Amino acid sequence: MDFLQTLKIALRALRTNKMRSFLTMLGIIIGIAAVIAMMAVGSGASYVISQQIASIGSNIILVVPGSTTSGGLRTGSGGAQSLTSDDAKAIMNECPSVESAAPTVRSSGLVVYGNMNWSTLIMGATPEMFDIREWGVSSGRTISQQDGDGAAKVCLLGQTVVDNLFGSTDPIGKIVRIKKIPFTVIGVLERKGQSPQGTDQDDTIFVPLRTAQRNLVRSSFPNTVGALLIKAKSEDLLTKAEEEINSLLNQRHRITGAKEADFSTRNLSEILAVAEQSSRAMSLLLGAVASISLVVGGIGIMNIMLVSVTERTREIGIRMAIGARKSDILLQFMTEAVLLTMLGGIIGILLGAGGAAIVSRLLSWPTLISTKSITVAFFFSAAVGIFFGFYPARKAAGLNPIEALRYE
Amino acid sequence: MSDVISLNDIRRVFIMGDQQFEALKGISFSIAAGEFVAIMGASGSGKSTCMNILGCLDRPTSGEYLLDGLDVGAMNPDQLADIRNKKLGFVFQGFNLLARTPAVENVELPLIYAGISSKQRHARAMAALEQVGLSGKENNHPSQLSGGQQQRVAIARALVNDPAVILADEPTGNLDSTTTEEIMNLFTTLNKQGITIIMVTHEPDVAANAGRRLTFRDGCIIGDTRG
Repeated sequence: MDFLQTLKIALRALRTNKMRSFLTMLGIIIGIAAVIAMMAVGSGASYVISQQIASIGSNIILVVPGSTTSGGLRTGSGGAQSLTSDDAKAIMNECPSVESAAPTVRSSGLVVYGNMNWSTLIMGATPEMFDIREWGVSSGRTISQQDGDGAAKVCLLGQTVVDNLFGSTDPIGKIVRIKKIPFTVIGVLERKGQSPQGTDQDDTIFVPLRTAQRNLVRSSFPNTVGALLIKAKSEDLLTKAEEEINSLLNQRHRITGAKEADFSTRNLSEILAVAEQSSRAMSLLLGAVASISLVVGGIGIMNIMLVSVTERTREIGIRMAIGARKSDILLQFMTEAVLLTMLGGIIGILLGAGGAAIVSRLLSWPTLISTKSITVAFFFSAAVGIFFGFYPARKAAGLNPIEALRYE
Repeated sequence: MSDVISLNDIRRVFIMGDQQFEALKGISFSIAAGEFVAIMGASGSGKSTCMNILGCLDRPTSGEYLLDGLDVGAMNPDQLADIRNKKLGFVFQGFNLLARTPAVENVELPLIYAGISSKQRHARAMAALEQVGLSGKENNHPSQLSGGQQQRVAIARALVNDPAVILADEPTGNLDSTTTEEIMNLFTTLNKQGITIIMVTHEPDVAANAGRRLTFRDGCIIGDTRG
């Protein structure tokens, strides 16, 4: 008997009991829809996280000053003025796992253009910093080595600052006043979006490091910097680079034994890796819940197929009497079960995708439906049909035709 | 004429727990092609067991059964299914048609398992329906047909594979006397066209239509009359 005919017989059998077929499918529909929606939300989450990792740059270690004690009062972390530009140079030269190191200083203050003003974060940075953070300009040019050496009064604006000070005017070449000192705008940075901590990375002005040290940050030690941004050569070398930095800085700052270190290192990618891992664990958990509902749905299919075999005992007897082999009967009932679960699977995929789209719209949470998750869901639903349809089908095929024909 | 069916010392023993029941106690007979045979006997006489063996639905405990020259007793279930499909046509007391399925598709059913193409199936099924006088009813479901018409559909289904033998198990048991006569006339006509028919019945007037009557009692044949 050809397969097309088997399919036709199975479809007819499902059509005669439309309501029952639908209710039987419901378990699979819900299970598959849940799997699809969960996977969509989960991969949406990891997409957001990987975007955020990309936005701070990859393989980054942050070195910040430790606390200091003055007059019995301890400042918080970052209070000490212990890091210098020379530390950055030394790290770059002496730590083999480090690709580059960029010293930065930060301040905040009022920026004025014409009759507009805006309080924002002001960062002093070297050209390396833009490489490390993989942050280019959308117009104009970036800060050059000469700008740094000459302590030029030039600045790069983040998109948020441009929006608030200039509106639609082209800011390149215009003069803005930062803390009352005039600076020429040389470029506008690309939009970065939110940092993993939720702050707006585009609400920043960048000036050359030395300019910032001389004019914007009042410090009793002119060579100190606020933080060092360091890029390791590769992801695998992150931990090694961190160790190298620690031992080098300990040596340079003469930290031995019980003396408290006047700096600390933070590995940003690590924090994000943890976040990603927890989101993966979450979607695994949700996936497990969804699989349980698929198993329950499968048991429902088995139950109904067993009822169906009993109900149609006579039909099976007739088919056997006129020449159906055991394998024909087995295949017929298997086809019915698999058809049920695959139809359920398809409806479930559509529902799941729809559900994900609604979640995406209502909660403005990005969702991603991969072809992989659809294929997996589809074949999984077929597998449920094969697994749970086999026992009832075997029962049907094993009937004795004489008894089956006599069955009332 | 050659023998279509030849039974030689067929025994069938049913074992129920530690009890044995011998339903057929070594029966032998042969049926030639083109015969119309009625099998008679009270219930429990062994005629149904004999029909099941003739229909390849059951296998004898011992003895030899040749159907169309083939030793059926030695075959496995799949081979028996093929024999039922190609050599035999069944007509049952309760019609045994598939509900909610048009007449023509009921008739096509044996051809589906024979692996015949859908176009040919349809043509042959329509021809068989015409043979039993049901042209124009091919799209009716069994529930839309009278008992006599349903039995005609069943006969068409038995005919459609061009079998060596038609086995009818009390084909008129559920029919009134007028319809019974119609069906018997149909059988007689088919027999005249050369089709071998074996029919189980316990009504003597129905059996009178057959050219030969085998009478069973207690698992043995006690009568074999012709004419």
